[in-house]
Amino acid sequence: MAPRNGRHVRAQPSAARLASPWAPLWQFIYRFGPPRWSDYLRRHWIGKPMVIAVPMLWLLLFFLIPFVIVLKISFSDTVIAQPPYTPLWEWAEEFGSRTLVIKAHLRGYTEMLTNSLYISSLLYSFKVAAVSTFYCLLLGYPMALGIARAEPARRNLYLMLVILPFWTSFLLRVYAWMGLLNNNGVINNVLQALGIIHAPITLMHTDFAVYIGIVYSYLPFMILPLFTNLEKHDQTLLEAAADLGARPWMSFLRITLPLSVPGIVAGSMLVFIPAVGEFVIPSLLGRPDQLMIGRLLYDKFFATLDWSLASAVAIGMLLLLVLPIVVFQHYQNRELLGKK
Amino acid sequence: MAEPTQRKETREPWTDPRAVPYVRIENITKRFGDFVAVNNVSLKIYQKEIFCLLGGSGCGKTTLLRMLAGFEAPTSGSMSIDGEDLAGVPPYERPTNMMFQSYALFPHMTVEKNVAFGLEQEGLSKADIARRVDEMLGIVRLGELKHRKPHQLSGGQRQRVALARSLVKRPKLLLLDEPLAALDKKLREHTQFELINIQEQLGVTFIVVTHDQEEAMTLASRIAVMNRGEIVQIGTPRQIYEFPATRFVADFIGSVNLFDGRLAEDEPDHVRVQCEELPAPVFVDHGLSAPPEAQLWVAIRPEKFVVQRESPNRPDNWARGVIKDIAYMGDMSVFLIRLDSGRQVRVTQANIARKPEERFDWDETVYLTWEPSSPVVGTG
Repeated sequence: MAPRNGRHVRAQPSAARLASPWAPLWQFIYRFGPPRWSDYLRRHWIGKPMVIAVPMLWLLLFFLIPFVIVLKISFSDTVIAQPPYTPLWEWAEEFGSRTLVIKAHLRGYTEMLTNSLYISSLLYSFKVAAVSTFYCLLLGYPMALGIARAEPARRNLYLMLVILPFWTSFLLRVYAWMGLLNNNGVINNVLQALGIIHAPITLMHTDFAVYIGIVYSYLPFMILPLFTNLEKHDQTLLEAAADLGARPWMSFLRITLPLSVPGIVAGSMLVFIPAVGEFVIPSLLGRPDQLMIGRLLYDKFFATLDWSLASAVAIGMLLLLVLPIVVFQHYQNRELLGKK
Repeated sequence: MAEPTQRKETREPWTDPRAVPYVRIENITKRFGDFVAVNNVSLKIYQKEIFCLLGGSGCGKTTLLRMLAGFEAPTSGSMSIDGEDLAGVPPYERPTNMMFQSYALFPHMTVEKNVAFGLEQEGLSKADIARRVDEMLGIVRLGELKHRKPHQLSGGQRQRVALARSLVKRPKLLLLDEPLAALDKKLREHTQFELINIQEQLGVTFIVVTHDQEEAMTLASRIAVMNRGEIVQIGTPRQIYEFPATRFVADFIGSVNLFDGRLAEDEPDHVRVQCEELPAPVFVDHGLSAPPEAQLWVAIRPEKFVVQRESPNRPDNWARGVIKDIAYMGDMSVFLIRLDSGRQVRVTQANIARKPEERFDWDETVYLTWEPSSPVVGTG
């Protein structure tokens, strides 16, 4: 039935049925039933929940449940067994009856908080991520601005070029940097051949190498959200600023920069969050004496098989990262809703 | 309504040969590739004028305005304001300010900050800026809303912020790009008079770009009608309306009935034009410099006709037709009348008849007459 004034008009019995002696019965049936499938669907439209259910289910299966498992392991103790940790709960004959015994070990957390190794590598990871994010921003902002201000026909080409490195393997690209940064790598050889330096300078296995690796790999994640933001800027605002006496640099500082804060935050979060847990780049290019948290996690899980400690570190890292993610969400909502 | 315009017309510096123009635009041309947006335009605009550039879209009026603001560089020609040449001067160093059609308010700043922006660029002291911003917001009556952001304002309030922002620097010349286009009709009429009041209060010279001839009529001291990058006519609203120089202007300004005709009689004090679509010649009580038998156009405004039932019984300036349509507008009615020649004309009459039998009805045969001073004839 077509909805009328927002309500659904109920089907009416046919003329033949109304003319029959059973008319009161038919009227009764049509008044209170029979229930119909289409009525149900209309009243409880399930399309929307279904659409949301798919990503929700995905997150539940591959994020929430694994997270709960890690959380559970973090409260266990390490044993030499298969699996290598104690169960969080078990049934035992205690107090004269069958009892559910929950044993929450805090060893992982106390170890993490008391052993300076974990704190320092966590701090180091945050420092590396922060510095790399800063350089990404410094490099990415002018590029994003340049692309956003380029002729529309050229923009797609430039964006393609930004994304192009993704078409080769990430690992391969990091290896390529090893070939460039080595003591007898391309950079040192060229500098020596030009006579600028006489002995090779150490580039590999330094913080510098890690910054280069991270900035190089994550730059597109900075450029793309920045570009999306900057592209939407109304160019007449800049004309208005110029008209009111602002030099180009002042227009940038007072108009473009403040309006691009949501883009800066989005790009920075997209670089910072994965950079904290980055494993491959510091392992291949980084200092051997200072481990990043991702490498430490790997060692604890696979080398020492100390799963409870590794899980505790993972939970700690997650908690520390929730803060910037909340900030990110806040700005993204602001961006999505348009105004403040 | 009549008061501000009246005062303007008593002050007419453009008729005074000794008056020094404030803004000089000389032989300005602007090309975008092959397209000529502005073609050899020259203008003299005097201080405290409200000068309107009027034309359809793509006629070059906005390009001309943007060249004055410094956003576009002219291909050739020169411009000066108050004797200062503008060539090569970037927008941020020009003594002009612009009010943008979209207003271009800074969305992340409050009303107060928006208005203060221009003054901050001059490096004034905080106290001076605050004083001048408050003064300006008082003039546009936005004092109470100064802590709001643009998206919290209505269209009319935004328009006033934009006006305040562009006036607070006390520019020598204010450029307004379709200042009223984004407002609804009622608000537009109200704002027009407010704009004139503020202009008189501050004594700033205005150049207004608009495609709306009504807006140009009420605002302007003088109007320049533009078409295809060229200026077709410059004059006061009355001159433009009553004496359009070309067929284009006659057609563009207001509604008009245009007839093609042939010059039948050419005397120093009158002309007679024979139009195929009119049963009698058109008699005009002024002379015309045109070759005999020249092809002419005759323009008669809808409100210049007199509608009557009786035959006028005169040799010229009349026509006969049947009322095909009537639109009642309250103060007046618009009649669409089909002449005997098949030509449809538009006639407006004030609704002054009180008795129903005096009113004209559909399909009635009527006679149209007009005064010898009413038609405008031209060759261009």
